[in-house]
Amino acid sequence: MREAAIVSAPNPLQRIPGVAIVLVLLIALFSVIAPGFLSVANLSNVLVQSTILTMLALPMTLIIMTEGLDLSMGAVLTLTSLCVAIVSLATKSMLLGLGAGLLVGTAFGVANGWLVAILGIPPFVATLGTLGMAQGLSLIVSDGQSVVGISHSVRDIYSATLLGVPVPIVMALVTYAAFHGLLYHTRFGTYIFALGGNREALRYAGLSPNKLLIAVYAIGGAMAGIAGLLMTARMNSGHPTAGLGLEFDAIAAVAVGGTSFERGNGWLLGTLLGVLSVGVLRNGLNLISLPSSVQVASVGVLVIVALFLDGLRSRA
Amino acid sequence: MTDITKEAIMPARSFLSQDAIQVFYRLLAAFLICAVLAVLSDSFLSLGNILNVLRQASLTFFIASGLTLVVLTAGLDLSVGANVALSACIAGTVIHKTGSPALGILTGLACGGIVGLLNGIMVTALRIPSFIATYGMLWVLNGLTYWYMAGETLHGFPAGFRQIGSGYLFGLPIPVYLLLVFLGIGTFFAQRTVWGQEIYAIGANPVAARLSGIPVARRLLLVYAVSGTMAGLASIIFLSRLNSAEADIGESLTLPAIAAVLIGGTSLFGGVGTVFGTFIGALILTLVLNGMNLLSVSANWQPLVTGIIVILAVWLDMKTRRRAQ
Repeated sequence: MREAAIVSAPNPLQRIPGVAIVLVLLIALFSVIAPGFLSVANLSNVLVQSTILTMLALPMTLIIMTEGLDLSMGAVLTLTSLCVAIVSLATKSMLLGLGAGLLVGTAFGVANGWLVAILGIPPFVATLGTLGMAQGLSLIVSDGQSVVGISHSVRDIYSATLLGVPVPIVMALVTYAAFHGLLYHTRFGTYIFALGGNREALRYAGLSPNKLLIAVYAIGGAMAGIAGLLMTARMNSGHPTAGLGLEFDAIAAVAVGGTSFERGNGWLLGTLLGVLSVGVLRNGLNLISLPSSVQVASVGVLVIVALFLDGLRSRA
Repeated sequence: MTDITKEAIMPARSFLSQDAIQVFYRLLAAFLICAVLAVLSDSFLSLGNILNVLRQASLTFFIASGLTLVVLTAGLDLSVGANVALSACIAGTVIHKTGSPALGILTGLACGGIVGLLNGIMVTALRIPSFIATYGMLWVLNGLTYWYMAGETLHGFPAGFRQIGSGYLFGLPIPVYLLLVFLGIGTFFAQRTVWGQEIYAIGANPVAARLSGIPVARRLLLVYAVSGTMAGLASIIFLSRLNSAEADIGESLTLPAIAAVLIGGTSLFGGVGTVFGTFIGALILTLVLNGMNLLSVSANWQPLVTGIIVILAVWLDMKTRRRAQ
């Protein structure tokens, strides 16, 4: 079975039921109990609000496919969002802000990859450590305060439209296309499957699993940098706790989407549906006026159920 | 044949002495930090500050000691901090509603224990990897606590109850006595009882443990339940010391507890470590954070430093073990 992993094109037919059923059930549930859920305005709201999560959940899928995990993503997003805010405020340039966010995010990604690949520290502890570091740096650079007075060029990204489609959605779609191409149509994508399924094969093929692993974590960090720009634009400020815990929604989306934590198999479309499931769940609970605390708890329950089912499937 | 037997016995012997050496190194590190802080800061060696360090270390130790058992089985409990918050809030409510501290203490311990048991069920019956299961639990508990408290703060508890966290007995803070008691119980349980030794065996080699007849699932349940109950105990100390409870008190507790376990020499890969090591780990971490405080470094630096310490501790642990092999 493990030998098959390196060439296993994912078998969507086997998985479409799980996550698609969850999504359809959630939509059906909330269209009945939540007034206004099915309105065009609300549905497009769900899509726009899911964009940041999409940009985290896609790289998280790749990381989990390598039998890894990145708990630092939410904290790194917070830090990059602050970097975008501070640098764009100081230089009056949105691009320099984005550059700073990308740089810091990628640095954290490379550090995560280095700790996991070279030092061999288990991913959940390595990234728990960098979570603390990113959280600490966020508090230090912001001195625990919000960064306000963000320039229009940053703010407008969130509200602007391109051919009638909100720019955040365009960015999320482009990201999805890029990840789809990367994972399914490049050699690097095949290597990612092998990182989780059959690392020895990579070594025999004369490749360095360590470098590939660092690259995968670096992609995660870089995406947190780009998502940081959206975060700052959305909040119209930088806040030292803005993105904390978002890595959990990302992990939830990946788990619900049917990517296995143990077998090195991943499915990007499943993750996208998982992101929408989390988005619909939060939005629906919000519409029936349940506080965000209940939303967090129900996402937690969603993850545990998804993982339990994953465990059942892997034993079957 | 004799060579093989010798090889099989040797690790057991050297393992003990190596443990002693590891503890010695850590004590040395603690003394060095004390010496440096005594030079750098006038107030470090004051009685008030030393008692403060001990009291602070005891809080970290309560959470970390239960966690040590979990890590000994090669598991992890990321929900301890959130568990402390929920248990404290529920115990606080019970004390307010009934006026009985004893009932509140029992509720806090029970709440912590039940959460731990649920963790154990997820890990054993549902076979979810422990770090993911307890990470999910963290957010479930967080959500529950914030929902339950709805932004409120519980404040003002009976004076007798507050003695637990802030009182003194013969010049020493009461939490320090509790620390000594639980250090003794924990060490005895881990080193001198069959169940304790079985926990080491499960961490060292779960398959061998199962084949030799150890009820692995039941021991794992016990370990997670103990970790949860110790979080419940910590919540009581917290409640009586702060004299208030809020939904967010647990957020800064998990990382230090994990740091204390790892600094104390308990290996993430299971089977190696001691409760006493965790006590020294808690002491070292508290000394570092206390020192930063005395040298007027902003508290904003604490998560950064704790994160670096966690990574350094794991890295050092892996390096020493690789060399030992």
